[in-house]
Amino acid sequence: MISLTSYAFVSMILFSIGVIGVIARRNIFVIYMSIELMLNGVNLFLVTFARYHFNMDPQIVTVMVISIAAAEAAIFLSVIILLYRSKKSLDTDIFTTLTQGEKA
Amino acid sequence: MMDTSLLVWIILAPLIGAILNGGIYFYHIKKKPVPELVFSIIGTGTPLIAFLITLSLFLNMVEDGITYKQVLFTWLNIDSLNIAMGFLGDNLAIFMSMFVTFVGWLIHIYAIGYMTGDNGFGKFFAYFNLFLASMLILVLADNPVILFIGWEGVGVCSYLLIAFYYNNKDNVIAGNKAFIANRVGDFGFILGIITLFFALGEVDLNFTSLEANISNASTELLLLSGFLLFVGAMGKSAQIPLYVWLPDAMAGPTPISALIHAATMVTAGVYMVARFHFLYSGIEEIGTFIAYIGAFSALFAAIIATRQTDIKKILAYSTMSQLGYMFIAVGLGFYSSGLFHVFTHAFFKAMLFMGAGGMIIALHHEQNIFKMAQHRAQLPIIKITFFIGVLAISGVPFLSGFFSKDAILAAAFQEGQYLIWIIAMFTAFLTAFYMFRMFFILFIAPNKHLENYVYTSKTITFPLVILAMGAIGAGYLNLPTVLGGEHLVDTWLAMLNSNEIHMSHLTEWILMILSVAVASAGIFVAYKKYSQFDVFKPEEETGLIGNKFYVDELYDRIFVQFSKKVSVYIDKTIDDKIIDGFIMGTCSQFISFGKKVASLQNANVRFYATFMLVGMSCVFVYLYISLGL
Repeated sequence: MISLTSYAFVSMILFSIGVIGVIARRNIFVIYMSIELMLNGVNLFLVTFARYHFNMDPQIVTVMVISIAAAEAAIFLSVIILLYRSKKSLDTDIFTTLTQGEKA
Repeated sequence: MMDTSLLVWIILAPLIGAILNGGIYFYHIKKKPVPELVFSIIGTGTPLIAFLITLSLFLNMVEDGITYKQVLFTWLNIDSLNIAMGFLGDNLAIFMSMFVTFVGWLIHIYAIGYMTGDNGFGKFFAYFNLFLASMLILVLADNPVILFIGWEGVGVCSYLLIAFYYNNKDNVIAGNKAFIANRVGDFGFILGIITLFFALGEVDLNFTSLEANISNASTELLLLSGFLLFVGAMGKSAQIPLYVWLPDAMAGPTPISALIHAATMVTAGVYMVARFHFLYSGIEEIGTFIAYIGAFSALFAAIIATRQTDIKKILAYSTMSQLGYMFIAVGLGFYSSGLFHVFTHAFFKAMLFMGAGGMIIALHHEQNIFKMAQHRAQLPIIKITFFIGVLAISGVPFLSGFFSKDAILAAAFQEGQYLIWIIAMFTAFLTAFYMFRMFFILFIAPNKHLENYVYTSKTITFPLVILAMGAIGAGYLNLPTVLGGEHLVDTWLAMLNSNEIHMSHLTEWILMILSVAVASAGIFVAYKKYSQFDVFKPEEETGLIGNKFYVDELYDRIFVQFSKKVSVYIDKTIDDKIIDGFIMGTCSQFISFGKKVASLQNANVRFYATFMLVGMSCVFVYLYISLGL
């Protein structure tokens, strides 16, 4: 039997990898994938505790997260295409049009 | 004391005249032109009314020996300070307002002829009447504060009139100079009144009760007060060191010069000292100081006058010199002698100015005596009256100036102030010299180009003739006993005097002969030098004396430039650097802080994400700790 703590650890590691990916990487695709990773880390957490407590509510939330993530993926990918078309690049540091201050 | 409702009308008449003239003048320039006759009638009628009222009061006073008093209303009532809008018609005030209104009226008549055709005719008469009204407020005031209203009114009107032709910048500067120099004196005057009020404490602030309570005050405060009040007189009456405005005041039209010099304004200082006779007779140190200032002013002005070439400036310096004599008299406590000189001086100085004005008009506004002599016009009446005026001011026997000046010289001699006496004698010599220098150049020095231009405006010659009679006859009102006279003016003003002339007839004769000799010497020197003077080689205003001892330049250097430097320092350093630096520094601190905050909005997605993470972590940690979740 794999302990509850192990599940929690895995989900937290997944989430942390996602956070670091969002913060550290510049490629929009990688950032997108890291966000998915964070979502799935949370999903795993929810599912784990649903099973542990024999409660179906978190399961429902998880299914909703997956379905919303699918819808979000469609929008996200189309936004990435538009961004690529406008600047011919996927580097997030280039998109600074809305900046304030002296960097503009 | 007798109450009367007439007293205030002496002041109200010219004041109403000023308001009417001013109103009609507005109508004249805004709607449609009004003939000059209207302004003339209002302008000359109201001083005449004032004169007639004064005369009737005077005649009553002679008959019944009463003093008039009129209190209109309480003007200020603060705790123990009670200032009434009151007027006092005692011997001194009525004596003064008699000739102020009379000579003022004649100058008004003269002004009709002088100003005719001028665009500002109505405005001129409005100012003129206001000037007279202010002077009468000053003369008839019942307390020092009301006196100060008149004092300031006279200052304002002189400013308005000196800068009458305001299109010319020099005139405006001269007006400003007169006003500012007077403000310096006024400052002293205000402080003087305040000091007097402090010294006397809780008494009604009017001359009668001040006089009654003067002995309760401490001498130190009275000394201070007397000195400060005299600072005001220095400004108004153009004495050293505040005299600089008087020659420049010649920028105004000539009737103004006549009015300022003869009847109003400059005599205010002498009058004020006489009005406060109860104060000054108790503090003889200040009295002597006043006499010395007067003596030096007289000498100083006379020396400058010998080298001036502008006819009006010569007359201006002669006024300053004669005012010096008056201050010698009032300083030494001979108030009636001083006021008698004010009285005679009003006649001959008004006449001299009017004569000069007539010549200036006839010669198309030429004021340089040598150039005037080059184009000599035929002006018989002006020539005769001018000659009388010159004789009178020079102290030639049997004319008014002789008697009044002689009384002052005798007073200085009797008091043992020999330095003042010698200065005054020497000034008398200089006076005769510079007045006859002007006369010889203007009328006697040979000149082939005689122009047959005859100037005959009745309004100009009529006052001249009347004043000429005054200049001859005024002296006989105060004929000394030694000549069989009765001292009428001295008797009339006897209650002022703290000193009387009492010397042996022999001394009096010797002094009289001495002063005649001095005057003759002055005339003789002028005759030798100028009766055959070539007017086509005019003298220039050069050298130390010609440049008026560089006093104007000195004042400019010390006061004007100094205050300019202070202003520039405050503007450029204190304001720009310190105050602006502080305000702008605060401002730029906010701006740079704002820029720092704005740099957080750098559009870097990863940066935002980090902050979001940190922020959310903080929120969760807070929730965990504080809510115990």
